[in-house]
Amino acid sequence: MAADGETASPVAVLEAVALTKRFGALVANDHVSLSIRAGETHALLGENGAGKSTLVKMLCGLLQPDSGELLYDGAPILFPDPASARAKGIGVVFQHFALFDAMTVVENVALGLPGHEPLATLAGRIDDCVSRYGLAVEPFRRVGDLSVGERQRVEIVRCLLGDPRVLILDEPTSVLTPDESESLFRTVDLLTGEGRAVLFISHKLDEVRRLCHRATVLRGGKFIAEVDPRQESSAGLARLMVGAEVPRPPRLIRHELGEPRLLLRHLNVAGDGSRGSALHDIDLEIRAGEIVGIAGVAGNGQTALFEALSGEKLVDDPESIVIDKMPAGGLGPTERRALRAGFVPEERLGHAAAPDMTLSDNVLLTTHGDGAIVKYDVIRHSILKSFFRRIVKGFDVRFGGKDPKARRLSGGNLQKFVIGREVLRDPVLIVVDQPTWGVDAAAAAFIRTTLREKAAEGCAVLVISQDLDELLEFADRIAVMSEGRLTTPVPVAETSREAIGLAMGGAQTNGAHHAPAGEGSHAA
Amino acid sequence: MPLRLERQENISTLRLAAAPLVALVVTLIVGAVMFVALGHDPVRAFTIYFIEPLGDPWTLQELVVKACPLLLIGIGLAFCYRANRWNIGAEGQYVAGAVLGSWLALATHGTEAGPWVLPAMLLLGAIGGALWGLIPAFLRVRFGSSEILTSLMLVYVAQYGLDYLVRGPWKDPQGFNFPQSVTFDDVALMPLLFGEGRLHGGVILALVTVVVATFVLGRTLIGFSIELGGSAPRAAAFAGFDEKRVTYGVFAVSGALAGLAGIVEVAGPIGQLQPTISPGYGFTAIIAAMLGRLHPVGILVSSLVLALTYIGGEAAQISMRLPFDVTRVFQGTLLIAILAADVLVRYRIRRVEGASHA
Repeated sequence: MAADGETASPVAVLEAVALTKRFGALVANDHVSLSIRAGETHALLGENGAGKSTLVKMLCGLLQPDSGELLYDGAPILFPDPASARAKGIGVVFQHFALFDAMTVVENVALGLPGHEPLATLAGRIDDCVSRYGLAVEPFRRVGDLSVGERQRVEIVRCLLGDPRVLILDEPTSVLTPDESESLFRTVDLLTGEGRAVLFISHKLDEVRRLCHRATVLRGGKFIAEVDPRQESSAGLARLMVGAEVPRPPRLIRHELGEPRLLLRHLNVAGDGSRGSALHDIDLEIRAGEIVGIAGVAGNGQTALFEALSGEKLVDDPESIVIDKMPAGGLGPTERRALRAGFVPEERLGHAAAPDMTLSDNVLLTTHGDGAIVKYDVIRHSILKSFFRRIVKGFDVRFGGKDPKARRLSGGNLQKFVIGREVLRDPVLIVVDQPTWGVDAAAAAFIRTTLREKAAEGCAVLVISQDLDELLEFADRIAVMSEGRLTTPVPVAETSREAIGLAMGGAQTNGAHHAPAGEGSHAA
Repeated sequence: MPLRLERQENISTLRLAAAPLVALVVTLIVGAVMFVALGHDPVRAFTIYFIEPLGDPWTLQELVVKACPLLLIGIGLAFCYRANRWNIGAEGQYVAGAVLGSWLALATHGTEAGPWVLPAMLLLGAIGGALWGLIPAFLRVRFGSSEILTSLMLVYVAQYGLDYLVRGPWKDPQGFNFPQSVTFDDVALMPLLFGEGRLHGGVILALVTVVVATFVLGRTLIGFSIELGGSAPRAAAFAGFDEKRVTYGVFAVSGALAGLAGIVEVAGPIGQLQPTISPGYGFTAIIAAMLGRLHPVGILVSSLVLALTYIGGEAAQISMRLPFDVTRVFQGTLLIAILAADVLVRYRIRRVEGASHA
């Protein structure tokens, strides 16, 4: 692990030496070391739960290590709180932004700064920063009107105004279109060119290999390796992250498609102003046996689409949603489940499952209308328990205790439970929103394989995902959602990342989505 | 240096169960301090308050009679509170039920009406309470108004309505101008359980309610949907349970049980309508519901505990010349102690280093 970076200066700006952090019985970081040098882009790689967030929180003063030390320019230092880290030039852009929707960009930035700078001069400084680093941000726009990518740029600008020596970006590209990601990479290059250090947290291996000079890999809270990602293959990095070969779901075995199971005809949903786009004239047909993926950047109407499909929001025209030949637009969730449809929302805790109820009680959420478990309104606990055990066994759901609260499960295990709950109902249509969001690689592969098998058995599967790689990997056809509109689904073999990326950014001119086959740069 | 409440994971059931007991002990300590401050021997005061009533068969019966409305109302409130709907107006629903039920008693007064009168009165009482309870439910569903405020304000509307009736149209013409109705006929009165003493048929009603509510809350889909709606509203909508229906449902149940308690009390121990028909049962039942962990059997126990504060308060009024407000102080302290204990069991107080707005 010796210094071998050729573009970076050998002195570490910030170095973590054998940091350990425990939460009760869990060792979140176990003697983890990391050194970030001036002028380099350093990747922090690891699966969910590998300890990346804990490490970052210790680097920026949000958490205190139980043992080990931080070195700043080679000298030991303590960051008792985030303010002291900021004072030393450590800036962080978190995945979840801390911006007030009702205020303008400049007001939001002013809130985070000490002193009382007039807004006009601050806006001038923002403009300087914007032109210098190519961050398109308008100081006097209301944050509520900005896209996710723009909000991220506001956060970056806010950090840069503090003239940081180290900029930490927490999963920055997970909310960006491919285009926006490219422009972020250019900004990062400009920053490191000035001698700043960037810590880039990601699990997207391709971009890490392109962008970063060095990479520190964590797994299970432990330091695994420090490597030069440019010298490694994506598969090699994945092996380091996961500790084993990542299983791939079987590719589509060609089989005959059956009846249409979901038919959307001119589906329109009015926007409610506060929460993202409305839906405009959506047409879609999914037949038995196929997986259709919907790509798109978050906040382009995916939530509205899911709620319209699940029956949480009823639509005006009942004929615009047809499930298994039955007009379903006016039916509630229970009635749609009775048509043998299954739904898996994006949010596991609070939407797919009640966090403070036991796992077995959570089985009831989607099965209470199926007849066996609830009869004459009385819950038959023995049948409920046996169904619960089938999910746990069949889907390898792991947890402590006999029947814990849903809150106690890890993201991957809870997702396996939620998927299993639908699959075991033997549906003819499954709609899944973000099937593997925040799920570890092994569980993600298992979930994709399960959905693949369900499709092979003749189920129609609709997958809404922001993870384009995932869709390219296991969907049969892909459509793109942008500003509440949906493109015509195209077979995966006949499209490319570039075409999809363009459509995600809103370029919906005819044909843009129909790029020639074989241009896909999807490497793995 | 600001303080922050942090949710604690993995709370042992023992700690959860112990919380109400700790709250009781804290209440007693506060009470002891209060007695000393008032110049009384706390040991003697506690003996009169809490020990002596338990030794006398007549007061034991009185204890059960006082616990009866608390139990009925408290179980209804448990439906609301489990669904995260904060019905604070049970006192008003109690009065509304008493008034509607009494209407039949007064309308049939002096006629040859048969034994159907009392059951019909009980039914009307439940309907009256339910209708009164549905008002805040409607306002919440339709306009999004806080049910806490509307249900509470409707208490006073109901109380003044009753006041008007017993001073006006329903006043007993032979009552020497006292603000009260005629005494109900026998067919309109709750039967006594053993033909004598204090225990009346309402006690049976309350115990049946415990059994039914335990079953509904613990074993049926209705109970599950109430619990789910309160615990995770979005998950409840996803599961297909209509939030509005749950809101109307729990307010109707809660109002009906409060109204039933009201008519049972008027047709039972009181026997006529008068301006004051409750020593604050509707409010005390809130404490009973919380102390009883929103579980019908728990509320059965907590109703008896709270009934004891009423009985002890009456005894202390007589033998120690303590004002009845002392009872209110006890009950209020108990509620605050329960709420505080609940928070401290589920959360941990942490000092936040520095002021950060990340």
